[in-house]
Amino acid sequence: MTRWVMVADLKRCVGCQTCTAACKQANATPPGVQWRRVLDMEEGEYPEVRRVFVPVGCMHCAEPPCMTVCPSTATRRRPDGIVTIDYDLCIGCSYCAVACPYQARHKTDRASFAYGGAPSQAEQKRFDGRRLAVATKCTFCVDRIDAGTAKGLTPGVDPEATPACVNSCIAGALHFGDVENPASNVSRLLAENRNFRMHENLGTGPGFYYLWE
Amino acid sequence: MERIAPWLQTNWDRRAAGNFIGGGTGGGLVIFAAASELAGGNPQRWAYLLAALFIAVGLSLVWIEIGRPWRFIHVFFNPYTSWMTREGFVALPLFAALAAAMWYGGAALAIVSALLALVFVYCQGRILRASHGIPAWREPSIVPLILATALVEGAGVLLALAFIAGAAPGGFVLALALLALFARWIAWTAYRRSLARRGAPTAARQALQAIDRPLLVLGTIAPVTLIAASLGFADYAGPLALLAGLLGLAGGWLIKDTIVMRAAFNQGFAVPHMPLLGPVSGDSGIRQGWS
Repeated sequence: MTRWVMVADLKRCVGCQTCTAACKQANATPPGVQWRRVLDMEEGEYPEVRRVFVPVGCMHCAEPPCMTVCPSTATRRRPDGIVTIDYDLCIGCSYCAVACPYQARHKTDRASFAYGGAPSQAEQKRFDGRRLAVATKCTFCVDRIDAGTAKGLTPGVDPEATPACVNSCIAGALHFGDVENPASNVSRLLAENRNFRMHENLGTGPGFYYLWE
Repeated sequence: MERIAPWLQTNWDRRAAGNFIGGGTGGGLVIFAAASELAGGNPQRWAYLLAALFIAVGLSLVWIEIGRPWRFIHVFFNPYTSWMTREGFVALPLFAALAAAMWYGGAALAIVSALLALVFVYCQGRILRASHGIPAWREPSIVPLILATALVEGAGVLLALAFIAGAAPGGFVLALALLALFARWIAWTAYRRSLARRGAPTAARQALQAIDRPLLVLGTIAPVTLIAASLGFADYAGPLALLAGLLGLAGGWLIKDTIVMRAAFNQGFAVPHMPLLGPVSGDSGIRQGWS
């Protein structure tokens, strides 16, 4: 079996938001919607200040609460662990959004564009009306993964089959791969570094790991 | 700056709160009306009609909140795991049972309607319970709270209907209303205690704390006192019971509006460990806005 997961090395992330920009470019999300975000977490007062940059988004959980609550079966989990949304089934009730502990889901009721009311040429070309008034979220760039694996490429190794955010990371902080394969890049990273998953106590089994030591 | 500490969810607004208010009040009214009828009271046709209207208005509010209202039929696609689907599935026979109870009357239809109403309100409680992203909703003790307050709200409307009809509320109904008021206070206290024990966003607990005293004084003690007074002063029994009912009803609506609108802080973001990069970093993590 395959389970695609993402690994973020907190020691490497510099908070440049290149992954955020790459995701917006790759997935044509509207203004205000970021499927991949990098949090700037800061605590304390000078001179005892601690700061960390934390990439977040859909965690593609093993037990996704968004899927069980979905009344329309629009949210599903593929055998490879990727949680998907069928835009043609979704009724836009936002139940998934309140069920997600990672604030990963977005709903945009009206079309909006970066420079006012009219779309730019690029936005017009990539506009998808099916995404209006329904839930959207990070897909792990599932189209790239499917197209890449169909060509015999390895996601996480071959850029053509790898999520855009991972490809764009300037610091080598983001990694993608099959956690079920002991020889994969992510399995090695997890074996060699101490790691955690966010809100793990909630029992969602996130598919997003953070290396911290 | 990205938000880190829990913030108030904006995915569900007052229309969603309206569904919990309408569904709970309507469901509770069905249960109380059926109990009254079974205890030898008059047939409660108007109560059933009003209950159906409450539930229908609540569901309509959800319908106008969803992004793709013309796909409403899709709400029935996931009875296996979704409490929203189950709520929809129970609503259909509930409306049918209420229509039949209004038309034909009889104990059997009253019982069926009351049972379906109970399941409907239970589904509403489970809808909130399944919302893992909102600590004040996923708290397991929210289910008995939703059930208990629905009973108080239903009692409140039934007492108001009795006043409008010029009929004195029966002693059985008043006793049940008292029980429901006590049950709600116990459920409310248990809910808040459990939330405190498990941990919740500070702002959510403050929002709940803010209505604790009004709920105790105006939503519980006052209606209990008024109901007791109505038993002692027969000449004023109607107005006293009406006032008690309205206060109990208002308390229930306040609870739901607070839980859905003001205590609905999300999980926020947290890291249990900071990256070990140098002397200023440490093993402990960051979690803001929780207590």
